[in-house]
Amino acid sequence: MAQLAQFRRHRLAGLFVMILALAITAIAYTIISSSTDRVSAAVASETTVERGKALFAEGCSSCHGLQAEGTTDGPSLIGVGAASVDFQVSSGRMPMAGQGVQAMRKAPVYNEEEIAALAAYVASLAPGPAIPTDEELDTSTASLSEGNELFAVNCAQCHNFAGEGGALTQGKYAPNLMVATDRQVIEAMLTGPQNMPVFKTLSADQKKAILKYVQYLRTASNPGGADLGRIGPVTEGLFMWTAGFGLLIAFAIWIGVKAK
Amino acid sequence: MSELVPNQSRPAPAPIEHAHRRADHDPRIAKRVERQVATMFGASALLAILFVVAYVAIDPSVLIGLPVVGTTSALNIAMGLTMGGSILLIGTGAIHWAKKLMPDVEVVEERHEFKSSDEDKAALAETFAIGADESGFVKRPLIRRTLLGAMALFPIPLVVMLRDLGPDSIENRFHTMWRSGMRLLQDVTYEPIKAADIPIGNLINAVPEGMHELEEEDGNLNERAKSVIIVVRISPDKLVSQQGGTPDAPWDYNGVVAYSKVCTHVGCPISLYEQRTHHLLCPCHQSTFDLADSGRVVFGPAARRMPQLGITVDSEGYLVARGDFAEPVGPSFWERS
Repeated sequence: MAQLAQFRRHRLAGLFVMILALAITAIAYTIISSSTDRVSAAVASETTVERGKALFAEGCSSCHGLQAEGTTDGPSLIGVGAASVDFQVSSGRMPMAGQGVQAMRKAPVYNEEEIAALAAYVASLAPGPAIPTDEELDTSTASLSEGNELFAVNCAQCHNFAGEGGALTQGKYAPNLMVATDRQVIEAMLTGPQNMPVFKTLSADQKKAILKYVQYLRTASNPGGADLGRIGPVTEGLFMWTAGFGLLIAFAIWIGVKAK
Repeated sequence: MSELVPNQSRPAPAPIEHAHRRADHDPRIAKRVERQVATMFGASALLAILFVVAYVAIDPSVLIGLPVVGTTSALNIAMGLTMGGSILLIGTGAIHWAKKLMPDVEVVEERHEFKSSDEDKAALAETFAIGADESGFVKRPLIRRTLLGAMALFPIPLVVMLRDLGPDSIENRFHTMWRSGMRLLQDVTYEPIKAADIPIGNLINAVPEGMHELEEEDGNLNERAKSVIIVVRISPDKLVSQQGGTPDAPWDYNGVVAYSKVCTHVGCPISLYEQRTHHLLCPCHQSTFDLADSGRVVFGPAARRMPQLGITVDSEGYLVARGDFAEPVGPSFWERS
């Protein structure tokens, strides 16, 4: 106890207590938020659509309505198509952790088979964009340079020239494409999730070209050095103002100190 | 109440005694510092040689993974570290040498007077007078006046050339190349746009038909800068207002509307379109326009609404313009009323 009392007066004690408090808050938040996300999905049924309907009634209907007709808490899903369901649920955006300006990417709550069932159910309500097939995701013959041009005109304004995402209005933002799967990239262009516009007028080949460019960005190296998030002058300037000037000041102090 | 009393108990600061450095009286330490400085200079020379070796030996395409930095070019890293180290070690060696070994005796240097001596001033005045007299600047007014005239006119050509920085003609700012019946083409691919293919919430970046065939000498860059548009489809019941059109000839086509892509603040090209709010956001200064309500400014420094381009479809169902913009696109300018 006496040792603890002594530690209390240590000059780093304040810092230690603050880090400890932050860590406890973070751990507690993770436990609480993940427990609310989890939806038990142990309903078995004969066909995929029926299973999807059961899953929907349990996990989605409180916001989207029992017939997917929409409520004040969530939009109607009639006609949004299987691609939209697959995008939202496989990226963990749905079910939402809570109402907010924008659903955020997180670990998916449903497994692949359950997502397929939900998508099949929503697709059975009205026709809409289908989940892209493997052939539609095959970029082996797509043109990387065309993808670059199309990306610069159609995507870069929000998602940044390197696909890192960026801010929109009132807390909304364009997400980072580096963590999205190939299928999600195509599905987003087909369905226009949340505030993203639809890019239906781009042909399947043009979408593939854009996907090829995104694939290239994911693995592109940084020959010039650290990418600093690839968001351009903001982080680069911050780095030089802190690390660069810090180093200069340290040298200036060393030059000025009297030698012993 | 206590009164403020000047503190007379504090003694005047004692002069600081000059403290000699250890290297000043210990030859072994001086020798060690000498070796340290020589090591820095030697290492600098070695790094300079290593720079050349790295430049020759390392293939520019070789990549290495580094902690924090990530995957990067081995050649760039090697050249940066060797050249940077080489320059840095010359500097640190010189400073170490100056601080530890060079004399540290304190010296007082009195300021000299700024004023020149009277003899110098008299001599200069005399030289000037002789020069003025010998050159004939005073005696020959013809030469003097023509020279002054030449000097006065010399800057005029430079000023006239500034005219080239301005626009060819102010008229160009009021018009773009959009004409009635001109098709809207998707940017990059230059494909026409079928109105029936556009779902609600869709965004298209578009240019006028024929723009990509213009050559640079025809001013294609200026035309492109002015005529780029974005096309979005908004659910017709959400369209509050538009900038023109009549019930028989509306400026939209089933909720498909076209707006200039050039911000009316300082001219950034913008297509950050949020389909649910119908807001168009400029990333430069956060001006926000509502495309469902005549391109009205809802936020930010822009002073004018985004100009709308009236559109319809041709006989094949492709989107075409109803004519040019009704108001100048882009930032405000002096002649604009």
